[in-house]
Amino acid sequence: MNLISEITEGLGIAFYAIRANKMRSVLTTLGIIIGIVSVTLMATAIEGVDRKFEESASAFGADVLYIQKFPWVGHGDWWTYRNRKDITVDIADDIERQANFIDAVAPSVATVRPAQYGDRVMSNSFLTGTTYQYVNTSGTTMKDGRFFSQEESNGGRPVCVIGANIAENLFPNEDPIGKMIKVGGKPYRIQGVFEKQGGLFGIFTSDNRVFIPIKSFMSSFGARRDVTIQVKASSMADIEDVKEELRGIIRKSRMLKPSQPDDFNINQQELLTETFGTITAVIAAVGFFITGLSLFVGGIGIMNIMFVSVTERTKEIGIRKAIGAKRRTILLQFLIESSIICLFGGFLGLIVAYPLSLIANQILPTAMPLEVVIIAIIISLLVGVISGFLPAYRASRLNPVDALRYE
Amino acid sequence: MDIINLKQIKKIYDMGGAEEVQALRGIDVVIRDNEYVAIMGPSGSGKSTLMNILGCLDTPTSGSYEFNKINVSEMNDDQLAKIRNKEIGFVFQTFNLLARSNALHNVELPLIYAGINKTTRRQLAKQALDQVGLADRMMHKPNELSGGQRQRVAIARALVTKPSIILADEPTGNLDTKTGDEIMILLNEVHQRGNTIILVTHEEYIAEHAKRIIRLRDGHIESDNIVENRKFVNPI
Repeated sequence: MNLISEITEGLGIAFYAIRANKMRSVLTTLGIIIGIVSVTLMATAIEGVDRKFEESASAFGADVLYIQKFPWVGHGDWWTYRNRKDITVDIADDIERQANFIDAVAPSVATVRPAQYGDRVMSNSFLTGTTYQYVNTSGTTMKDGRFFSQEESNGGRPVCVIGANIAENLFPNEDPIGKMIKVGGKPYRIQGVFEKQGGLFGIFTSDNRVFIPIKSFMSSFGARRDVTIQVKASSMADIEDVKEELRGIIRKSRMLKPSQPDDFNINQQELLTETFGTITAVIAAVGFFITGLSLFVGGIGIMNIMFVSVTERTKEIGIRKAIGAKRRTILLQFLIESSIICLFGGFLGLIVAYPLSLIANQILPTAMPLEVVIIAIIISLLVGVISGFLPAYRASRLNPVDALRYE
Repeated sequence: MDIINLKQIKKIYDMGGAEEVQALRGIDVVIRDNEYVAIMGPSGSGKSTLMNILGCLDTPTSGSYEFNKINVSEMNDDQLAKIRNKEIGFVFQTFNLLARSNALHNVELPLIYAGINKTTRRQLAKQALDQVGLADRMMHKPNELSGGQRQRVAIARALVTKPSIILADEPTGNLDTKTGDEIMILLNEVHQRGNTIILVTHEEYIAEHAKRIIRLRDGHIESDNIVENRKFVNPI
């Protein structure tokens, strides 16, 4: 009870003191305003860089993990990898059921089979069996039609989606949608055509590929095949957590004992993420150094003015002490005053920073996140308490006799 | 009942180096409930030092000070603050009101530090201002009040916590004779209502309002007498 009435009294005094010295308060606040503007803009910029990367990462497929028998970066004995148990569709099912941090999972299996429409044949085309989620994991976009549906995928229907090169070669003058093509001697109805991806020979792209439901693939071309599972992580930032989660699920699924090493690899385009990590770290380090410096200078300004305020009000402190104010009461009074000056600066800083973040939005896809607003307010409060402490402590220790005599 | 019991109180100020000033050289005083005591003495007699110690604003270098049977001579700052808040009402020469606050808030202030809730606080402060005849000036700030009115606000502030003693340090020093007399009449009334008053002054005719006069010289008690011809015994 006592503390509450002391705080309300302190708030009243603080507001009065700030109103009585408007110009001084505003000038003092300037340091904090600049500090908070740089804090918010820096955090907003980093958020923007993150999002920008997240966008391009998806385009590059950096957020896609590939579960395979072989590692991409080769070291160790080829035969040990070769002799590992095959990766199966069941693992993909387990992942889909158990994983929390993923957007999509798609097993895929491929082979070379010629594609044929009427008398036109494309002999170097790949046939890929996969599920309806492939369109999400691969990051490819449809040009015409649609990818096969969940029902078609699960039912192993004789449907397909073709790459841009196949559409160009087999259907130079026709619309391929709805037509039947033969791949490896089996007929499939075309549901959609992929956008052209380009790239070297089209080997690693969808351009030279025919996609069919993995069930159809296995029933027609054999089920005992090593499968690659593509997993799209829900966030680039948490990719290591995603890997760890997947590892657990796969180990369980493959019934590995704790003593046994992994008999699979989770591959990823690592170079990209590593570079990105370094860039954000540098931006953050430089940014927070500048921000810290401006807040430090702002804090010194507050401390200075609080010392002035304490000296000016020595007599008042004496009166309050004579009447029964404890040390704590006086300490609290001045801490509240400096905190309010800083909070005021924090709010002004946010008001200044908001339109600036909108301008930054022209360059980076960003918005001022709510966390940043909350952090900025907490920081300004902290600066107020820290820089106000020394003056407030000095005020609280004043000897009432001397303070009362002060003119 | 004894309210104040001073035994061999000494106060030595260290002026740096070997130099020191003995402001009080062993004071023994007992002040009982509902006394009206004036402390007199020329400047440098130790009068202010004694008042600071009596008011728990300062602690003695040696000796014991019992306030309501509690030894306060070795209390820390915060304990003394509590005693000042609850047991002592100050009336200063320069009024010492908070310039930015109105009369009501000034009178409420000790109750805020005592942790009394807002409604009770308001009520008590209004009562105290009413007692000193300022019921219609509650919302005025000190600079909107005359000197006499300011001192009345200060007296209301001193009375509001119902303290054991009222300590008045030259209460008429900044007032003209007529207003000063009015303040002395008010203090007389306060005393008649049962309060204990300690009045510090260097003016003989002000001291004669009290029932007992303690005279200090060079840090010693020179005399301690009952006043024969009290002024304003019954002013109204």
